[in-house]
Amino acid sequence: MKLKLPQGRSLAVGALALAILLGLAWVIASQGPLARVQVTVAEATSRTLRPSLYGIGTVEARRTYGIGPTAAGRVLRVLVDQGDRVKAGQLLAEMDPVDLDERLVSTRAAAERAAHSALAAQSALVEAESRSRVAQSNAERYAELRRTKFVSQEAADARRHEANAAIAARHGAESALAAARDETHRAQADHAGAVRSRAHLRLASPVDGVVAARLAEPGSTLVAGQMILQVIDPASLWVRARIDQGRSGGLATGLSADVVLRSRPGEIVAGKVERVDLVGDAVTEERIAQVGFASIPAGARIGDLAEVTLRLAAVESALAVPTAAIKRAGGQAGVWMLQGGRAAFRPVTVGAETLEGFAQVVSGLKAGEGVIVHSSRPLAEGDRVAVSASLVRAAP
Amino acid sequence: MINLAGRDILNGWGKFAFTGVGLGLLIGVTLSMAGIYRGMVEDATVLIDGSGADLWVVQQGTLGPYAEPSSLRDDVVRSIAGLPGVAGAGNVAYLTMQVSHGTGEARVMLVGFEHGRPGEPDHLVAGRPVTRGHYEAVADEKSGLKVGERVRIRRHDYEVVGLTRRMVSASGDPMLFVPLKDAQEVQFLKDNDTLVNERARTAANPAFNRPGVPGLLEAVQASQAQSRQVNSVLVRLAPGADADTVAENIRRWKRLQAYTKAQMEEILVAKLIATSSRQIAMFLVILSVVSAAIVAFIIYTLTVNKVREIAVLKLIGATNATIGGMILQQALGLGLIGFVVGRIVAGLWAPIFPKYVLLIPGDAARGFAAVMVICALASVVAIRAALKVDPAEAIGG
Repeated sequence: MKLKLPQGRSLAVGALALAILLGLAWVIASQGPLARVQVTVAEATSRTLRPSLYGIGTVEARRTYGIGPTAAGRVLRVLVDQGDRVKAGQLLAEMDPVDLDERLVSTRAAAERAAHSALAAQSALVEAESRSRVAQSNAERYAELRRTKFVSQEAADARRHEANAAIAARHGAESALAAARDETHRAQADHAGAVRSRAHLRLASPVDGVVAARLAEPGSTLVAGQMILQVIDPASLWVRARIDQGRSGGLATGLSADVVLRSRPGEIVAGKVERVDLVGDAVTEERIAQVGFASIPAGARIGDLAEVTLRLAAVESALAVPTAAIKRAGGQAGVWMLQGGRAAFRPVTVGAETLEGFAQVVSGLKAGEGVIVHSSRPLAEGDRVAVSASLVRAAP
Repeated sequence: MINLAGRDILNGWGKFAFTGVGLGLLIGVTLSMAGIYRGMVEDATVLIDGSGADLWVVQQGTLGPYAEPSSLRDDVVRSIAGLPGVAGAGNVAYLTMQVSHGTGEARVMLVGFEHGRPGEPDHLVAGRPVTRGHYEAVADEKSGLKVGERVRIRRHDYEVVGLTRRMVSASGDPMLFVPLKDAQEVQFLKDNDTLVNERARTAANPAFNRPGVPGLLEAVQASQAQSRQVNSVLVRLAPGADADTVAENIRRWKRLQAYTKAQMEEILVAKLIATSSRQIAMFLVILSVVSAAIVAFIIYTLTVNKVREIAVLKLIGATNATIGGMILQQALGLGLIGFVVGRIVAGLWAPIFPKYVLLIPGDAARGFAAVMVICALASVVAIRAALKVDPAEAIGG
C-alpha cells in the first residue's frame, strides 16, 4: 500500500482527508441541532374552488308499507312473494277467520228470521186494524139504536168497550211491528259487521308497488302490529346520507349530488338533496340528508352502502392555498411563511375548503406569497428552513 | 523542529488510515447502539408530543391507552370538554394491526381521530390532510405507503391522501390516521361470518327471541352491532390552566383516570419500554467496554510494532518526552479519525435501520470524549512499553 511517488501519496492523503471532512460537514449539516427543517412551499393562487360535502349512507325506500293483521291470529295464506309487483287493492294475504264464517251464517239467519218476524207483525197489524174498524162500526150502530131506545144502555156500552179495546189492540200491533223492524235492522247490522270483520282478515295492498319482504308464512301466529309483507314503491328509492355535523356547513335541499354505490364502485350516479331531516343524529353527531336519484340505477337495492358527495356553490377567483398549509395554533388558524430563510407564523382567515385539499384564504395573505405546505418536523417560530421540491421520494 | 508523529504516520499512512477506518467502524457500531437506545426512548416521547395533547383521559384504573387497553364511551368527551381549564377534547381510538396494500404488508398503529380536535396529525411531509369524513387516511412514511395508494383495512379500501414523518407508536410501528368513525368500526365491528353466527346464536336464545314480543330479537341484534367505544380522550388545556388540577378534577368527579404529560412519559419510558430499553442499554455498556479494550489493544500493538524505530530514535538521542509525545499524538490522531469515520458511518446507516435510530449531539460529544480518554490511557501503556525499549535493539535484534 506504500505509494512511491510523493505527489501521488500526498494526493491520496489529501483526497482521504477531504472525503472525511466532507463527511463531517454532511453530518453537521443534515443532523444535529444545526440542521435546517426541510419544507416545501406553495404560492397562494387565485382559482375557482368547488367545495363539497361528503357523507355515506344507505339506499332506502322513501315509504315502506307494512302489511299485517290488526289483531292476533294465524296466517291462513300468503299469495305473493318477495319481488312480486302488486296493485293497489290486490289481495296479498289472508288471516285464518277461525269461526267468523259460521258467525256469518248465524247472523244472516238471525237477520232473515227478524225479517220474517216483521212480516208476521205486519199481518197482525192488518188484522187488528180490521177488528178495530168492525168494532167501531158496531159501536156506532148500537149508539144509534140506543138513541131510539131499541137496545139497553148496557149493550151499547159493551159495544163501545169492544171498539176501544180493538183500537188499543191495533196500537199494540203497530208497536210490535216497529219492534220487529228494529230487530231486523239490528240483525242486519250484526251481519254486516261480521262481513266487515271477515273482509278485514283479507290483507290488500294499499299502493302499487313491489313486495320487498315476506316475513311470515301460512300457519304462523302473529300478534297485532307484526308484519306479514313489506311493500315498497320502487320508484321512491333514495339515499339516506349521514354527514358529519362538523363539516355540514351549506347543507341544503336542492344541492346536486354524486352518488357512488358500493355495489358498483367507479360509477357516479347523479342525484339531488331532496330533504334535510329536521332531526339529526345527536349520538353520532351527524346530519341526515335524503338524496334522490336523477334516475334510479338498475340493480340498486335497499341497504346498499353509498358514498355521497354534495356539490356546494363554487367560489370564483378565491385566493387558495393547500389545506396542508393551514395550521391552528392556540385556536387561531394561520400559515407558516418564509422570512429570510426562517419560518414565521401569520394568522389568516380561512373560508371554503375543498375535498381535493385546497382552502380559501379570506384575509391575511396576498396572491403570489409563498406558504410552507409540508415540513419534515413541526415548525416553531424562527426555525431555519431549507426549501426543497418534495420531502419524499416520488413514487416509482 | 519536525513533527515526529506526522512523519511517522506519513511513512506508513496506508496502514494508519485503514486502522483508523476499522476503528471508526467499531465506534460507529457503538454510536449506533446508543442511537438505537435513544431512538427507542424517542419513539415513546414522540408519541406523546405528536398527539398534541396535554392530558390523557382513560378508563379508570388502567395505564391506557398505550401501555394497557382502555375503553371509554365516546360521549364522555362532551362532559370533559365542558370542564374548566379544558380548551379542547377529542376522542381517539388506537389499534395495532397488519394492513395490506399494493406492494406488500405493513404493521401499523391505526389511529382514529376527530377533525379539528386533539389527536390529529400536526404536520405533513406530502399530500393533504383528511378532508372526507370516511375512507381517507394519512400514513407515516415509514409504513411504505405512498400518496394516492389504496390500502385495505378490514371491509373498506382507504385512500392515502397524506404522509407524516415520525408519527409512530411506542413500539415504533408507523401510525395510520383514519377518521374516528372508521377506526371505531375497524376496532369493534366483527367480521361478517362472526356477525352471522352471532345473530344465529342470539336468535336461538329463547330469552331474546320470545314469540309474544315481536321486535325484541331485532332490537337485541341491532344493539350488538354498534360500536360506541373509544380508547382515550385527548385533552388540550386552555392557556394558563394547571394540568394537575384539571387531571385531579377529572379523576375525582368524572370517575376516570387522567394522566398529565409527565405521568404519561413516565408510563411509556419507565414501564412500557423499560425491559427492552434496559436490554439495549446493557448491550451498549458491554459494547462500549469491548470497544475501549479493542482501541487500547490496537494502539498498544501499533506501538509495539514500532519497537525497532523507537530504538533507533533512542539511539540517535531522542528524549523520552519526544517519543512519548509522538505516541500520544498518534493515538489521539487515530482516535480522532476513528471518531469522525464512526460518526459518519453511523449517520449513513442510521436511516436503513427498520426502527428509528436517533444520533444526538450529546451522545456524540460523550463518545468523542470517551474515545480520546481511552486513546490517551492506551497510549500511556504503550509509552511505558516504548520507554523500556533497549536502544541496542536497533542494531542487535
